[in-house]
Amino acid sequence: MSEEPRIVDPNAPGEKGWLERKENVTKIAWALYAVCAVLVLLDFVIHRHAEMGADGFYGFYAIYGFVGSVGLVLVAKHVLRPLVMRSEDYYDD
Amino acid sequence: MIEFPPGLLLILAALPVTVLRGPLRAIWMLALPVVAFAIIYTLPDGSHYALTAFGQQLELLRVDSLSKVFGYVFVIALFLGVIYSLHVGPSTEHVAGMVYAGAAIGAVFAGDLISLFVYWELTAIASVFLILARGTEAALGAAMRYLIIQVGSGVLLLAGLIVRWHETGSIEFGLIGLDGAGGVLILLAFGIKAAFPLLHNWLQDAYPNATPTGTVMLSAFTTKLAIYALARGYAGTEELIWIGAVMTAFPIFFAVVENDLRRVLAYSLNNQLGFMVVGVGIGTELALNGAAAHAFTHIIYKALLFMSMGAVLHRVGTVLGTELGGLYKSMPFTTGACIVGAASISAFPLFSGFISKSMILSAAAHEHHYIVWGVLLFASAGVFHHSGIKIPFFAFFAHDSGKRVKEAPRNMLVAMGIASVLCIGIGVWPSALYAILPFDVNYVPYTDSHVLSQVQLLFFSALAFTVLMRTGLYPPELRSTNLDTDWFYRRLGKRALAGTAAFVSSVYGGFYGLSVRRSKRFVEGLYRHHGPQGIIARTWPTGSMVLWVAILLVTYLFLYFLDIF
Repeated sequence: MSEEPRIVDPNAPGEKGWLERKENVTKIAWALYAVCAVLVLLDFVIHRHAEMGADGFYGFYAIYGFVGSVGLVLVAKHVLRPLVMRSEDYYDD
Repeated sequence: MIEFPPGLLLILAALPVTVLRGPLRAIWMLALPVVAFAIIYTLPDGSHYALTAFGQQLELLRVDSLSKVFGYVFVIALFLGVIYSLHVGPSTEHVAGMVYAGAAIGAVFAGDLISLFVYWELTAIASVFLILARGTEAALGAAMRYLIIQVGSGVLLLAGLIVRWHETGSIEFGLIGLDGAGGVLILLAFGIKAAFPLLHNWLQDAYPNATPTGTVMLSAFTTKLAIYALARGYAGTEELIWIGAVMTAFPIFFAVVENDLRRVLAYSLNNQLGFMVVGVGIGTELALNGAAAHAFTHIIYKALLFMSMGAVLHRVGTVLGTELGGLYKSMPFTTGACIVGAASISAFPLFSGFISKSMILSAAAHEHHYIVWGVLLFASAGVFHHSGIKIPFFAFFAHDSGKRVKEAPRNMLVAMGIASVLCIGIGVWPSALYAILPFDVNYVPYTDSHVLSQVQLLFFSALAFTVLMRTGLYPPELRSTNLDTDWFYRRLGKRALAGTAAFVSSVYGGFYGLSVRRSKRFVEGLYRHHGPQGIIARTWPTGSMVLWVAILLVTYLFLYFLDIF
């Protein structure tokens, strides 16, 4: 390993980057919402070649991606974590 | 070019690495993968280096398009690994890495099961040094568990090949299938190395405990050698479709709650292997091409992701999500490389994962495996979630940890740069990769319909992340240990062993105590009667002696008369 990292106060003047300002994060979030809206609207423009029926529905991939991801995170948080999480030194005995 | 087994060449060429130092060692190590690549490129298809042993034909160099694809990508991975670890001083890791890569390359060109077995075990033995070199107590424990499981896989392979030899009279390494007991044993051996569900946890245990450079090497060879072996021996074995589907889905839940970012990558590695296993199980030309292509792209982007996290570990000294954040300011190039790797594993159009993973999904759809297709699509969204977003976000952005470090060493940056170029290059020009796949490819990844559906899937997965973060529903990173199947041998097995030991020792103690008491009593009795004060040792009066003699005589006479009648 190389030398220890230098620790600075992240809130000190000059240390805060563009990305760390709250208003900019909000801007990025809104940009993402806009892109998502455009992508769903494109479904009406581009004829999608459906492989198996269900995926021919408008917004299928958008809904699947969103619901799947939210489900993944919530199940991991509320079902898996209580089952498997132990203290960091669980095996050190 | 010479027709010498390239794997064996690398193993032999690792010997001088033990004595070479400085720039000489660097040149030697950089030249070897280049030479090996040239050898593989010029090898004609067919079997070379056949020799007879045990009355069987050993084929040390069986060349066809399937072995060549894996041979190429293994050599590329070795080249990247060598550059990435140039700054490491001691030779142990360099030698281990070279032998490990050589063994893996030897294995993909092995035409019979005995040669495969030898190389199979050599990958296990060589690679364990990459974990041991970390030098921590946790690494030592993980290394021993890794070695036992890997060597165990080899023992199963040996048992399987002997049974199969008995069943079929042949040790050829071709299509094996599940018809005989030998085939089942060999599948189990491959399954351990491929990290099948429930046989998987050695991977998440060992890889995060290896050195920053060692994990990069480890991520490339062992599991993809197993994928190659499955494609060779079990193409079209339907059970693999379901095994693979489970493999794509369950590790991503663990990845979401894991704090050690290299362990997150180990879980996502497991998930990516699932896609390849599904491809092998479907077994059509498109599916097998997909499995081979995905192994190829995956080795490079996974190495890239591990390189970026290795650089963070090297500079910051930790890769725990709770300790990181804001590193994009100190390590901008590493950040960029990590994002390229993340985009590739997430299968963004124009990145390498897109042109390989979609072949497997299309193959599943063509063969009407609807449920499996649905699972793979869910896993695709999930992998973006934890590898595509979580890894770069928590390491380089998120909450600024205030840690300021130097950018990664130059050799690490060069390796990450080359890997990034390969990821984008393959994504933009897939035809070069398609040309070396086992079967002719007439697959077109870039149709507007396909690009749109993939981009929708990914952006809405990103939307889900954003919404969960901004509403505070996203689970925070927590310092913790998460149990997985390793609990069965690290805790339950240990407890059971401790319990058995306690039982045996108490039983032993009981018997021991009992026998000690018995012998003590016996000795005391002896002492009482025969000791200096004992009744037998006393000097008796002559009269009593005569009395005893008389009694003896009477008894004798009595018995004598009894006998007469």
